[in-house]
Amino acid sequence: MDNNNHIIEVKNLTKRFSSFTAVDDISFNVEKGDIFAFLGPNGAGKTTTIKMLTTLLFPTEGKISLNGYNPMSQKDEARRSFGIVFQDPSLDDELTARENLEFHGVLYKVPGRLMNSRIEELMKFVELWERRDHLVKTFSGGMKRRLEIARGLLHHPKIFFLDEPTQGLDPQTRNHMWEYIENLNKKEHITVFFTTHYIEEAEKVARRVAIMDHGKIVAQGTPDGLKEKTGKQTLEDAFLSLTGHGIRDEEASGVDRMRQHRAMWRRGR
Amino acid sequence: MSTVYILWLRQIKRYFRSRSRIVGSLGQPILFLVALGFGFGPVFRRAGQGSYIQFLVPGIIAMSILFTSIFSGIEIIWDRQFGFLKETLVAPVSRLEIMVGRTLGGATVAIFQGVIVFFISLFAGFRLPGVHALIPTFVFMLLIAVLFTALGTAIASKLEDMQGFQLIMNFLIMPLFFLSGALFPLDGVPTVLATIVRFDPLSYGVDGLRSALVGTSHFGFTVDLTILSVLTFFLLILGSYLFSKIEI
Repeated sequence: MDNNNHIIEVKNLTKRFSSFTAVDDISFNVEKGDIFAFLGPNGAGKTTTIKMLTTLLFPTEGKISLNGYNPMSQKDEARRSFGIVFQDPSLDDELTARENLEFHGVLYKVPGRLMNSRIEELMKFVELWERRDHLVKTFSGGMKRRLEIARGLLHHPKIFFLDEPTQGLDPQTRNHMWEYIENLNKKEHITVFFTTHYIEEAEKVARRVAIMDHGKIVAQGTPDGLKEKTGKQTLEDAFLSLTGHGIRDEEASGVDRMRQHRAMWRRGR
Repeated sequence: MSTVYILWLRQIKRYFRSRSRIVGSLGQPILFLVALGFGFGPVFRRAGQGSYIQFLVPGIIAMSILFTSIFSGIEIIWDRQFGFLKETLVAPVSRLEIMVGRTLGGATVAIFQGVIVFFISLFAGFRLPGVHALIPTFVFMLLIAVLFTALGTAIASKLEDMQGFQLIMNFLIMPLFFLSGALFPLDGVPTVLATIVRFDPLSYGVDGLRSALVGTSHFGFTVDLTILSVLTFFLLILGSYLFSKIEI
C-alpha cells in the first residue's frame, strides 16, 4: 500500500454477516482525480463496500487505505477525507437547507466565517441559494439530492462518494447532476466514486469501472476496455454479459419495512 | 463542545417547530389533572389525606417528563429511518459527543414540557409552598429528564424499527408511570406493590419532586437524590455504550 497515486486502495476486503458473505475478497485501487464507477446488480455488495470504506461498517478481513488513512484505526482523519451522498436521503426534514449545511459544517469543524462563504458558494452552485431558508421537507427529490451534494462538499473532501445519486430523478435533473459532478472533478480535482443502476451514465461519465456481482469483482477497467473484452457495443451489454440476465431479489431491511409502514400511516391520516 | 451544542440546538429547533407536538403532548397531563385530580379529590380529602391536587401535581409533572424524554431518546429510530443518523455517524466526531448532545437536547425539551405542566397545574389550584422550592424541583426535573432520555437512547440503539414500540409503551413506559406512586400514596400499600415500586426509578423522581414541591416524602429527599443520581449516571454510560455499538 504505497502507491502515491492511489487515493483509495482496497486489498482482499471481505465482509461476512453470520453465514452470509456480502463482500468476498475484493481488491481494487482508485487513482487520484479519477471518476470511478462501481456497478453491479441489486445485492451485489456495493453499498456494503461503501459502508466499509466510509467507516460505517467493520470489515471481517482485508485492508483499506483511504487518502493514506486506515478507516478502522484512523477514523477521524479518514472521515475528514471524504464527503458522501448516501443512497437514501439523509437530511433533517425539520431543518432549513442552510441549517442542514451549518450542522454539517460544525460537525466537521469548518471555521465560522469560512463556513458562511462556502455555504453561499455551494448553494449557488447547486442552485438552491434562493431556497436557503426553506424547510427541507418542502423540497423535491432532486432538490434534496442537490442539497446533499452541497453538504458533502462543504468540508472540501478529497474523495466524494455517491451511492446511486441519480436514483429516482428525472432525466433533466440527472443530466444537471452529472454536470455538477464532472465540473467539480475538473476544477477541484476531487476523486469521485459512485454507484449507479444507469449503466449509460457510467459509460458517459466514468473513466474507470468495476463491476461487482455476488460479492466479487467480476471485471474492472475502462469502459472501452470492458466493451472490447466482452465484444459488446455498449457498456450496458457488457454489464449484462458479465452479470447475466437473471433478476436479483434484495431482502427488505428493517428500515425499508418501516418506510412502507410510515408511508401507509401518512396516507391514512 | 460545538458538536454537543449543535446537536442540542437541533433538538430544540425541532421541538419548537412542531407546535402540534407540544400541544398534543399536553393533552394527557391535563386530562389526568382534571379527571383524576378533581374526580378523586373528595374521596382523598375524606380519607384525611388533604388536597389530592397538591399530591397529584408532582406525579403529573414527572409523567410528562417521563414520556417526553423517553420519546426523545427513541427518536434515534426515526433518525435512522430518515437516514439522518448516517450523516452524524460518518462525521469526524466521537459517538460520545453525539450521544451527550442528543441527550441534553432531549432532556431540555422534556424539562420544558414539565414546566408547562407546572404552570397549567397552577390554574388547577396547585399552590407552591414558596419560591425556594423551585431549585430542588428543577434538580429533580433535570435528573428525571436525563435518566429517561438516556434510557430511551439505550433502547433505541437496540431496535431496528418502530415495530417494538407498542411493546415498550405497554410494558415499560406505562408500568414505569403507574407503579411509581405518582397517583397514590405509598404508605400502607400491600408489600408486593411496595416492593415493585422500590424497583421503579421513577418512584424516586416522583417522590423527590413531591418533597420539593409539597414537602411530603416517602423515601426521603436524600435517598431520592442519591438513587436518582446514581441511576442517571449508570444509564448515561449504558446509553453511550449501546449507541457506540450502532451499525447502520
